[in-house]
Amino acid sequence: MSRIAQRFQQLQDSKRTALIPFITAGDPTPQITVPLMQAMVSAGADVIELGVPFSDPMADGPVIQRATERALAQGVSLTAVLEMVRQFREHDGTTPVVLMGYLNPIEVMGYAQFAQQAAAAGVDGALIVDLPPEEGHDLIALMKAQGLDLVYLLAPTSTAARIKLIGDVASGFVYYVSVKGVTGAGHLDTAAVAAQVGAIKSLIPLPVGVGFGIKDAETAAKVAQVADAVIVGSAIVSQIETLAATPERIPDTIGNFLAELRQAIDAVDCSVTSRAAE
Amino acid sequence: MAIHADKNPNHPVENPPNPPLLKGGFSSSPVEKDTSSSPPFEKGGQGGISDFSNYTLPDEHGHFGVYGGMFVPETLMHPLEELRLAYAACCADPNFQAELDADLRDYVGRPSPLYHAERWSRELGGAQIYLKREDLNHTGAHKVNNTVGQALLAKRMGKTRIIAETGAGQHGVASATVAARLGLECVVYMGEVDVARQEANVYRMRLLGATVVPVKSGSRTLKDALNEAMRDWVTNIDNTFYIIGTVAGPHPYPMLVRDFQAVIGREARAQMLERTGRLPDALVACVGGGSNAIGLFYPFLNDREVAIYGVEAAGDGIETGHHAAPLTAGRPGVLHGNRTYLMEDANGQIIETHSISAGLDYPGVGPEHAWLKDSGRASYDAITDAEALAAFHHLTRTEGIIPALESSHALAYAHKLARTLRPDQNILVNLSGRGDKDMHTVASLDGLVL
Ligand SMILES: Cc1ncc(COP(=O)(O)O)c(C=O)c1O
Repeated sequence: MSRIAQRFQQLQDSKRTALIPFITAGDPTPQITVPLMQAMVSAGADVIELGVPFSDPMADGPVIQRATERALAQGVSLTAVLEMVRQFREHDGTTPVVLMGYLNPIEVMGYAQFAQQAAAAGVDGALIVDLPPEEGHDLIALMKAQGLDLVYLLAPTSTAARIKLIGDVASGFVYYVSVKGVTGAGHLDTAAVAAQVGAIKSLIPLPVGVGFGIKDAETAAKVAQVADAVIVGSAIVSQIETLAATPERIPDTIGNFLAELRQAIDAVDCSVTSRAAE
Repeated sequence: MAIHADKNPNHPVENPPNPPLLKGGFSSSPVEKDTSSSPPFEKGGQGGISDFSNYTLPDEHGHFGVYGGMFVPETLMHPLEELRLAYAACCADPNFQAELDADLRDYVGRPSPLYHAERWSRELGGAQIYLKREDLNHTGAHKVNNTVGQALLAKRMGKTRIIAETGAGQHGVASATVAARLGLECVVYMGEVDVARQEANVYRMRLLGATVVPVKSGSRTLKDALNEAMRDWVTNIDNTFYIIGTVAGPHPYPMLVRDFQAVIGREARAQMLERTGRLPDALVACVGGGSNAIGLFYPFLNDREVAIYGVEAAGDGIETGHHAAPLTAGRPGVLHGNRTYLMEDANGQIIETHSISAGLDYPGVGPEHAWLKDSGRASYDAITDAEALAAFHHLTRTEGIIPALESSHALAYAHKLARTLRPDQNILVNLSGRGDKDMHTVASLDGLVL
């Protein structure tokens, strides 16, 4: 069983919802990324999504675009991101790390090289935003051969047929994009999200994480009622941005923020569990 | 249109290589034959494709060999499928074709003339040069052929809002124009750098009622405008139609933009036959994203004796690295929804391009050109800023035609090519647009502020 599957199994056994923070690797400095990942784990992160910077992040809103630009200004490459994961793994053998990014840096590194080096560095899976299953055959096969999970996005525009198609190749978990829009967008419609998560779960057996539009403890708690994982990106990255001049303060600040979210999510889990026990 | 008899029996005019109507490429069977017998992506050789009569690329997933495809976020997959189906329905509908033809005739002013640049040809001292006058279209460039078509499609799909990206501003103007005519809201994304160097077109778009949004991310040019338009589309997918301005982007865009632009080549082929009694010896067109070029080339693909040249922007010179010539000096990768030749660094980051002409300042190129390059059917070369400017002045002075700086790249290449050919040989150049929009750029090089 992959590290991601194991983690979701544990969470399910203890009836808890996962908290999955996203950060862009190398933002605002390459040195801060590993300590920040460790701080997030201490604060209660269950899985870490690590953004691989790309010059043309077409699915990202302004907050993550700027994070990407800060990282690229420091020359952070895919190879450098893999090295960060390797360092993180020296002290943490259990927290899954999922790379999130765009295809071109992987295409240039070479699919086989990427799959092999990512596995060797201790990466657990990848979410490649611009690689739908239709285009992914070769890379999917190579990654599976290395035991890496393929995490996919599902959107409000995904039809039942597409959800099934994605269910056939996805592993670990799927990521439901709660709004039509780019990262950092929006306004969460919890009822609509609940319906859609239900529809997804009726079609595929994987855990469903929900992201886009989760800004604070309140929205995290709402999503925790309906999802297996709460995914938070822009709300973290915008705090990192305000601390870009004092990177040493970032791990604590983000750790505190995640602890708040963790608490809110756990409160929901508790009430759901006790209700279920009644 | 009645077409004069072809003198060459190998090229029956009654049976051109592609049906005269829009051709969507929805049948995939001949594609497999084409690609499996001679994979175009085996570099180095000529590809060996001799029969383009069954050319039906792209395949149903939008692939031209290994190029093209649909590399987009999940949110766009279903909308792109809807677009593909809507386009297929339009291709099968004679009413759509009739409406399009009427618009091209009465609104765009087609057919555009074919002009024998006799005086310029004589000065160059080689082959005869014929210009396909896309500069005489309404709005001053070939771009409008495509926006008229996509706007009709948008209307059929019930969309109320148009978005577009633009570099030189020509596509933005052409989009704002059709939006005004149909009473649709129009938002045009344009890199901040391009907004500054194409002021006149920005003003035209605003006059036409469009909102021009300067894009401040990345290199603040055409590629970033495309990113921003994609972001808008993902967000407003329900009521918005994205009119892409070139043969790039995810499937079905490279196919449908090509089909709308192929009117250029269909007309020009018939006009050359009528005027000279035979096909031209060579075609020349500039390549930014590649829409005017594919529009000219496509109906000639099966005419093997016609040499095909695409001309990229060499900027300050290929060796300086300051250029916009992915086919000449780039390598394959994935950007903006398709696999194609790109300008990128060793880590797969897209690098900044440079060209004097905003319309060629793009780090990618349409996937069909990538395929045509590898297959050997078309050749691609690049022309520097300085060479393009010289051709700009030369044509202006000898023929009284002020060309767009983009088109000037094709002219400069034709100039070089003409000297290697005989006076009884003919070169057909796509004069993709007029130079009015470039007055500021050229004047400032002469030290003038307009
Ligand atoms: C006059 C003209 N020619 C050529 C181009 C380049 O585009 P494409 O390569 O798609 O024809 C442009 C783009 O703005 C243009 O305005």
